[in-house]
Amino acid sequence: MSDVTETRTRLAIPDRLGTPFSRLLGSWEVLLFGVAVVIFIANSFASPYFLNAWNLSDATFNFTEKAMIAFAMAMLVIAGEIDLSVAAMIALASTAMGAAAQMGIGTPGLVAIGIGVGLACGAINGTLVSVLKLPSIVVTIGTMSLFRGISYIVLGDQAYGKYPADFAFFGQGYVVWVFSFEFVLFIVLAIIFGVVLHATNFGRQIFVIGNNEFAARFSGIPVERIKFKLFLLTGLMSGIAAVCLTSRLGSTRPSIAQGWELEIVTMVVLGGISILGGAGTIAGVVIAAFVMGLVTFGLGLLNVPGIVMSIFVGLLLIITIALPIVARRIKHMRTR
Amino acid sequence: MKRLLKHRELLLVGIIAIMVAGFATRAPGFATPANLANIFNDTSILIILALGQMTVILTKSIDLSVAANLAFTGMAVAMLDAAYPGLPLALLVVLAIGIGAALGAINGYLVWALQIPPIVVTLGTLTIYRGMAFVLSGGAWVNSHQMTPGFLNFPRVSVLGMPLLSWIAIVIVLLMWGLLTRTAFGRSAYASGGNPTAAVYAGIDIGKTRFFAFVLSGALSGLAGYLWVSRYAVAYVDVAAGFELDTVAASVIGGISIAGGIGSVAGAVLGALFLGVIKNALPVIGISPFAQMAISGIVIVLAVVFNARAERRAGRIILRDRGAKEVSA
Repeated sequence: MSDVTETRTRLAIPDRLGTPFSRLLGSWEVLLFGVAVVIFIANSFASPYFLNAWNLSDATFNFTEKAMIAFAMAMLVIAGEIDLSVAAMIALASTAMGAAAQMGIGTPGLVAIGIGVGLACGAINGTLVSVLKLPSIVVTIGTMSLFRGISYIVLGDQAYGKYPADFAFFGQGYVVWVFSFEFVLFIVLAIIFGVVLHATNFGRQIFVIGNNEFAARFSGIPVERIKFKLFLLTGLMSGIAAVCLTSRLGSTRPSIAQGWELEIVTMVVLGGISILGGAGTIAGVVIAAFVMGLVTFGLGLLNVPGIVMSIFVGLLLIITIALPIVARRIKHMRTR
Repeated sequence: MKRLLKHRELLLVGIIAIMVAGFATRAPGFATPANLANIFNDTSILIILALGQMTVILTKSIDLSVAANLAFTGMAVAMLDAAYPGLPLALLVVLAIGIGAALGAINGYLVWALQIPPIVVTLGTLTIYRGMAFVLSGGAWVNSHQMTPGFLNFPRVSVLGMPLLSWIAIVIVLLMWGLLTRTAFGRSAYASGGNPTAAVYAGIDIGKTRFFAFVLSGALSGLAGYLWVSRYAVAYVDVAAGFELDTVAASVIGGISIAGGIGSVAGAVLGALFLGVIKNALPVIGISPFAQMAISGIVIVLAVVFNARAERRAGRIILRDRGAKEVSA
């Protein structure tokens, strides 16, 4: 949904770039890192229980699953698309795993089913957007209620709860000391996604598509195929997140991960990914994940109810987008 | 183009008629005038919200905060009525519309002045407004015995055989039809969504048009907030959760293009009625209400596919489309 004025400001080229160091200081990632440090310090003052290795390890569970999806979502948003059905994919994948667990299927089978359902959902979104050329916002609003709707048909007001004992490792296991399996997976995925987006042809092409889709087409970039792959990737990450979340909770309800699509989009935008496409880094998303995890965990320690936390998340989303725009405008006024 | 639109609305009327006839074979009595009037009354709130949503979508934006706005205003007026039973109803209704419009103006301001994409703004305000409803009420419910009878009965008052709620919806439909087809605002709403660049050259302030579209959508959400709370005789934080998707669905089914600039009031009303008929038919023909979410999902996707086909045939983009097709082929 870009229009004339939005594209114009985005494509403006500054006269001078400044020194590498000053650019680094002014970059979004450094600013965000500063925010993370401030929140960290504020948290340790706010609660005496905050600075404890196990407590901090618990805090990571607040964001690892969402962040895994946010990496894939970041690529989608950079390419100029969006997927609002991610949380519904978690619900459907989790329901499928629950149904399989009731039938006595073992842990490897459950993981395969969870990831398989995620991939299948991603393929559906990808087909609708890249083959039928439909706008991704509406398509994924539709598939969002379709995927979660299937969970509701299967489960109604019931819940699945009988998972094999060794299935618990993905959400509750620790690799070494306080480092949980989820946290290690999060770090590994962050590195993989960072390399793919910033150091490969594929990643380069994603940026080109987001900046100018027509130019990308005329340069021989297979736009539709890449978009399809990105939706598939988002489905895959939703499947993996579903495995982790289901294993951590040990039960499945159709309302599982409700509203996560909003938090994931917030994480992506907070991480400095332009919602208009074409700009952003994985490092930014990683820091944004920490910021959001720390904010919600800190508020939790202060006994703030979940729905009030969501006000903070919503404000965070709007303010982080509004700030650079306001700052740019003030700068413009000065130079004039 | 106009013929195509008319055609599409006739088609939708036909589909709804076939659906009603089909359901009537399974459950006699479904197609009686009394039951149809009932369905219309049931769908009135969705119609009101869909018309606001449609106006926003026409200007190439989207308002995902309508249901949260409804929950907040509904809670606010219900609490006011419970706390001060002496307040006149007219004042409460005006307040509901005013609060709703103010919340809509916040969305509109962020979109207009700061040029933040509408989907981001309203995703954010969706959580904020619903969170505010929680802060306002402390999570408590306002139950029917706390509200005054006048407050609760107003939408149920029967005028010429139909409840007032239906009449309100009809009046709003007529007003919106007039606004969108007979005023400068309506023309600029279509223009700023259909071709923003041309609209700017024609002297239309796109930002301002969007701002007023959001204010209008907010005001209608506020009104719907009062109607919802009084109709269901209860106010709580999760009122109408997820209802914003129904309003988008109604618009999309009714042929309003998500890319902006295309759509009619009749389409939005029919889209809402389509969903209303399905919703009322499911329990009648013995399908679990849990299936409703999946069905509206499928309907949204199908409607988008169908819309995209119709729009492409219309050939609004002449040069660009051909170039793109050659490359992708």
